Parts: sequence; structure tokens; C-alpha cells
Amino acid sequence: MLTININKQLGDLSLAVAAQLPMSGITAIFGRSGAGKTSLINVLGGLSTPDSGEICLNNQTLFSRQQGINLPPERRGIGYVFQEARLFPHYSVRGNLNYGCRDKDVAHFTKVVQLLGLAPLLKRYPLGLSGGEKQRVAIGRALLTKPKMLLMDEPLASLDLPRKRELIPYLIDLAKNLDLPIVYVSHSLDEILQLAEHMLVLENGRVIAKGSLQQVWNSEQMRPWLSAQEQSSLLEVSVAEVNQNYSMTRVTLSDDVSLWVNSVSLQCGAKLRVRIHANHISLCRIRPQQTSIRNIVPVSVIEVQQRDEDNHRQVKLDLAGHTLWANVTCWACDDLAIKPGLSLFAQIKGVSMTAADLAQSH
Amino acid sequence: MILTEYETAALLLSLKVSGVAVLFSLPLGIGCAWLLARVEFPGKALFDSVIHLPLVLPPVVIGYLLLISMGRKGVIGERLFEWFGISFSFNWRGAALAAAIVSFPLMVRAIRQAFEHVDVRLEQAARTLGSSPLRVFMTITLPLTAPGIISGMVLAFARSLGEFGSTITFVSNIPGETRTIPLAMYSFIETPGAESQAARLCVIAIIIALLSLIISQWLTQKAQRRVSATC
Repeated sequence: MLTININKQLGDLSLAVAAQLPMSGITAIFGRSGAGKTSLINVLGGLSTPDSGEICLNNQTLFSRQQGINLPPERRGIGYVFQEARLFPHYSVRGNLNYGCRDKDVAHFTKVVQLLGLAPLLKRYPLGLSGGEKQRVAIGRALLTKPKMLLMDEPLASLDLPRKRELIPYLIDLAKNLDLPIVYVSHSLDEILQLAEHMLVLENGRVIAKGSLQQVWNSEQMRPWLSAQEQSSLLEVSVAEVNQNYSMTRVTLSDDVSLWVNSVSLQCGAKLRVRIHANHISLCRIRPQQTSIRNIVPVSVIEVQQRDEDNHRQVKLDLAGHTLWANVTCWACDDLAIKPGLSLFAQIKGVSMTAADLAQSH
Repeated sequence: MILTEYETAALLLSLKVSGVAVLFSLPLGIGCAWLLARVEFPGKALFDSVIHLPLVLPPVVIGYLLLISMGRKGVIGERLFEWFGISFSFNWRGAALAAAIVSFPLMVRAIRQAFEHVDVRLEQAARTLGSSPLRVFMTITLPLTAPGIISGMVLAFARSLGEFGSTITFVSNIPGETRTIPLAMYSFIETPGAESQAARLCVIAIIIALLSLIISQWLTQKAQRRVSATC
């Protein structure tokens, strides 16, 4: 467990973070630029010093104003992957990778090189590498120091879209194969959706939401972040059966609620995370008959919200204990007299769950 | 063109004096350049000015100051001789000391600029990879400063070769001991009928200056190729 409780004044921004980050999987730190994301991980990595507070990593105090402890970065055992790769230009790729190695561990080296596909690059120099290759070397270099935790500051932000697509599978692999907690700073919800298990949302230097990805994603605090197009809910489901004829897969949310999604090549029983866009849900008072829509599920209204600027209302629904958000026009809302406590049927357009939305759960 | 014995002596002495001056002032030059580039401390502006003083002072003033401080009867020179048996007066070591002081600002300027151009973010990255500040300096900062250090050394070497005023004031013009090429040339010019000898030394001076510039450019390019990339 990484326990953070720190305060730091940075110009106009006062960073005040109290949180506990789990020592497993990827924890995303999300917020708009200037919210203090990078400042926070710089504090964790020891690159900047908080004004007050404490940071503890697994019972080891990294920083404590009261006890006068402030471990320098080289003694924290925390790896750091920066937004720009920051490779050393006068070392070859192999030299860069080995820079932080204390003891020769050939097996570990081989494993990291293989995980990141670095073997063909070893003899080259950073100057000739592409952005994605540089970033892979930077990640490998940090991993080879055998850190207790890895910090990543928007490692994909400086890359173009094809390079991003190229790197994401490596990151997913890392999280799966190495038992290493990763703190991942990003302002891209797509990346977070694909990678993270936990999430912490920063605004103006303060934590406004934290917890598991689903919890945070479906929480009120996330609503303002998502445009009407992006409004969505995350549900953890497991694969129940595959209909080969129509290449659709049935996934279950609970014992009696299941959804059909476009076929994904997964084994029965596998866990999956599906994203349902709020714009792709329509609500009916009675169960629709003879409709093209395959997914019709019973829901009950928890609350109805209206954002000032548009003529839509956001309806928070309960679906077998899970949260589901739906966007409905004010007109429809009034016609159907939607109010908290009402039982309805939600129609979900199956096709809205495209492969990109089906981020694999770890 | 075969060199006369006299010319060879002056040439070798010039190379020895300049080489020693550069090598011995290099560590101090790197230290001062680093301080000026990276550390904020009270009195930094004054420190900076003092280092640059030899660049603007008349060399004869420096020679005079050396004479009264480092000569056998000088404030520091007397102690040095008493305690360590080192003497700078009227020998080639004195010439090297004068050359080192006069060329010091040039060396520091070049190295300081190189330090200022080293990306601090690379040093930060090295720290997060477990390196102590000293190891970061030796493995990242210094290698990336190499082109600047080389050009600083060459500038200082060239300036040392040409040093005249402070040398003749401090250690006089002793054949085989302190008579470097500029001093030898001066002697020929003062001697009636030695114009051709002076001209030969002139050509020698031009050749070594050109050679050192070419070598420096080649070395700097070689070093630059490695470190120029921003990664």
C-alpha cells in the first residue's frame, strides 16, 4: 500500500492529496492539465519535496516532514517513465537498459527485453529510434532497476496514434506479466479504460474521486468530464455463451441479467469490462415487443439530473445492483414521467459495444 | 623545412608550458564552470567577475601581480618554497602558471556553456534509475559536456601558446627555460639582422595554431555526434 498524505504549494496550485494506492495493477491518475497530476508523481518519485505530510510505501517511510525523512530519488526504489523518453544519447540501447542495473540478472534482462520487444534495438543509439521505440526502451530501463513501484507520466502523450496503438499492448502485457504496481498519469479516458484497474481523479490539486475503475467511472464526479457523446457506464461481466451463427456473445452481469455483445474471442467464464454509452440507451415503460434490439433489461430509476446547458437529462439507473447512465431528452422524460423509484426497461443497442469499447479486464 | 636547434627548443618549451597549463587548470576550470552554471550562491557575480578578470586586464598587470605574490620573495611563493620546495620564479613552471591564469577565463566560459546546455531532465532520469548525484555527474553530465570541455581546452591551449606579456614580466626571457615561441620571436625582432629567423618562428606559430584548431574541430564533431540528440 502506498500511503500519501501531502501538501505542496506550487504557484497558484495548492496540491493537497490524501490517498492510499493499492500495490497491484495499474492505478490511473486522471485530471485536466494543471490539476497537479505530474506534480503528484514527482513528489512520489522524490523529484520534488512536499511542504508537509508523509509518504509511506509498504511500511517504509519515503518522506516525513515530522520525522525529517526525505529519501532521495535514487534510494526510493521507484521507477519513473517520463512523458519524453529521456534516454541517454551517449549510451546504446543496451547501455541505457543496463544503466540502473545494480546486479547482473540475465534472466530478468531477457524477460524485459522480450516483453518489450527490444532485442532488435539493443545495439542502436537513441538518436535513430522512433518515438514508440524510445518509450519502450525507457520503460525497460525503469523495469530493469527492479522497482517496487513504477510511475508513468503520460507515456503515450508525445506519440502519434499509430505509435500509441503499438505501445498499449505492451503496457497491458506488463501489467499482466509483472507483479508490479503502476501509477499511470493520463488525461486520456481511452487509455485509462484500456489499462487501469483503479483510478484517482484530481482537480485543482485535490482528490475528488478514487476507487476501482468502475466505481469512479460510474460516479457523479466523473459526469462533468464526459461530453454527451462520451457519457457511459462501465460494467464488469463474465462470458456465458457464444452464438456462433450470429457471432454474438452472451455476457452475464448477475444471475438473471445478461447482455449480448458482438463476438469476442474469449473463453466462457472469462471476465470482461463492457462500456455502455448513455446515448445508446432508450427507456420504455413496458417491455418492448418485436424490436430489433437484443438487449432489453429491467432497471429502476435512482435519480434524474439535468445539466444546465442542454435539453437532455441524465438518468441514473440501477441495473441488478450496478449503475447505468442513460441520456434522455427532457421531453421524453416528462412524457414518461421518469422519477426516482420508477421501474423501467432499458433498451441497449448491442452494436454500441464495439471492440474498442470492450477493454479486457485483467 | 628543418627546424634549428634553437627553434626546436622554443617549440618544445611552448608545447610543454601550454600543455601543463591546460592540464593542471582543467579540474579547477570544470569545477568553476559547474559552480557558475548550476549553483546559486551569494557573491556569484563577484566570483564570475574575478574569473573573467584575466581576460580584460593587461597581461603585464597579471605578470606583476604574480611577481609580487608567487615570486621567491612573494607572499605565497615564499611559503610554497619553504613548505613544499616548489618555486615558480624564473622557470618554466612560472611560465605555465602565467599561461594558465591568462587562459583560464576562456576555458571556464566554454565549459560553463556546455554545462548550461546539458538537459537537467536526463540527470533527473538518472537519479530515478538509482544513481547518486556523483555517479550522475560522472556518467551523464560530464560525458554530455565533453564537446565543451574539448573546445575549452583547445582555446586555453591556443591562448597559452600566445602568452607573452605576463610571462616576460613574471619569469623573464631565459633561453631554454622560459623563452617560448612568442618570447623567442620578440628576441629576434629586437636583434638587428635576425628578420628571417623571426619570420620562420612566425610561420611555426601559425602552423601550430591552425593544427590545434583543426584537431579541436575534429574532436568536437566526434563528441558532438554522440551527445547532440535530444532523446
